[in-house]
Amino acid sequence: MTESAPPPLTPASLLLRLAVIGLILFVVLAAFAYTGGWLSPERLTPIKFTDRFEAVNGIFPGFRRNHAKGLCLIGVFDSNGQGARLSKAVVFQPGRIPLIGRFAFAGGQPFVADAPETVRSMAIRFTLPDGEEWRTGMINIPVFPVNTPEGLYELLLATRADPATGKPDPAAVKAFLGRHPESGKALAAIGAQPLASGFDNATYNGLNAFRFIDAAGRSTPVRWSMVPLQPFEAADTKATQTDTNYLFDALIARIAKGPLQWRLIVTLGQPGDPTRDATLAWPADREKVDVGTLTVERLVGEGQGVCRDVNFDPTVLPAGIALSDDPLLSARSAVYAVSYERRAGEVKAPSAVKTPEMGIGAGQ
Amino acid sequence: MTGHVQFTAFSRLLHWLMAVLVLAMLFIGVGMVSSVLERYALLVSIHKPIGIAILILVAIRLVNRLLNPPPPLPAHMPLWQKLAAKMSHWVLYALMFLMPLIGWGMLSAARYPIVLFGSVDLPPILPHDAMLAAQLRHLHTYLAYLLFATFLAHLGAALLHGLIHRDGVFTSMMPWRARAGGGAAR
Repeated sequence: MTESAPPPLTPASLLLRLAVIGLILFVVLAAFAYTGGWLSPERLTPIKFTDRFEAVNGIFPGFRRNHAKGLCLIGVFDSNGQGARLSKAVVFQPGRIPLIGRFAFAGGQPFVADAPETVRSMAIRFTLPDGEEWRTGMINIPVFPVNTPEGLYELLLATRADPATGKPDPAAVKAFLGRHPESGKALAAIGAQPLASGFDNATYNGLNAFRFIDAAGRSTPVRWSMVPLQPFEAADTKATQTDTNYLFDALIARIAKGPLQWRLIVTLGQPGDPTRDATLAWPADREKVDVGTLTVERLVGEGQGVCRDVNFDPTVLPAGIALSDDPLLSARSAVYAVSYERRAGEVKAPSAVKTPEMGIGAGQ
Repeated sequence: MTGHVQFTAFSRLLHWLMAVLVLAMLFIGVGMVSSVLERYALLVSIHKPIGIAILILVAIRLVNRLLNPPPPLPAHMPLWQKLAAKMSHWVLYALMFLMPLIGWGMLSAARYPIVLFGSVDLPPILPHDAMLAAQLRHLHTYLAYLLFATFLAHLGAALLHGLIHRDGVFTSMMPWRARAGGGAAR
């Protein structure tokens, strides 16, 4: 078919129409820029967060920007079935689940000297039989020092070691605690907890709240901990150590004698228990469920390809475990992703922690 | 002047469905990577299934395009404009294939589980390789900006056709039936 050419536009009409097109394109572009944060320089982004870790710790290519000094673990989780009434996650069916994980010190310096006062961490990746995964990172303090991403962003700077003294600037710490009274209370609770002597006899706490979802869809707020079967022994914080890896070396020597075990203890929250605030412990009388036993069978160095290139993102959860409204969970996931992206693209340097051979430990 | 017929109803449905999804994905993408707020985890969890939906839809759309070629561009359009239109359309198609595949590939190379919903995961399509994961992650960002720029050019050109040239190109993709004389009377 044919159609007649449209009547020509008057110059004014042409200009108006061009202006409308320009305006539409401008609005779309501006909305995109706004969404991406380019119009909000004050927005706390995962990139800024990771930059701050690097500013405080220095940049060590190939290493994690936090929990930089570590060692991989291989083991199993034996579920006793007690968790199945709370969560439909396959990991809580009775049975054995293979896992890998990592012991580490908090902080972004991979060659820092071992010290019992430094926060210790255990990260685990459970591989479920249906292909799902559960990744969790836990630390050996009873509460987290902050309850928001902004709080952690400020804390990193406030507790940065002064190059002159090697210690944080007391005035900066005081100013931070003035703005964040919740952190003052949390740090007091952290300081009051006796320190375990090693990696093997420390309790590792998930701290952030999650939700267990059962087969009927019922949701229970939970927090979890890995509680050691190895007896507690208080750390000697006075002794002078010549071996800068002495806590890792003690762990490596310990596992040569046999596997290490922890109970996975799930604490059930009651209505009103804080799920958005990792600085607050839940009341001590909350029901605790022992859902199974973690057995660490072997330790392997970071260069062996077991855990180094794994991001222990706490939002990687199987069906049956869900995020809570704790704002730290999204922040951890977002910042870990940037840290992973950076170190993944860098040439790897050897870890400070040396294992005598691949696969030391039980039965080797 | 040659008349300009509309795309088939199915072609228009695919176009508009994908337009919404692709634009949403671009905004979700830049929104999530610049946020540490609670919406981050939610946005990441919907970014993956929408990406896979786009991958499936673009495959259907490519077959549909080969079976139902688009109506010809007006004969009076300058050759460079016709070439630009053709090229930008193939860039859009290529990116609609590449972006989900690179996203899937970078998660595979980083060994993240690729959760669509609930306990439904996709298998990895690449070996566990951190360096490759980092490179694909960067490529995903660059191509996202290229896709957004190409989308803006596409939108601008469509508006030029609709408001200035009024040559039936704009109405050929409108969800409604074009008025007689606009070129729909086939």
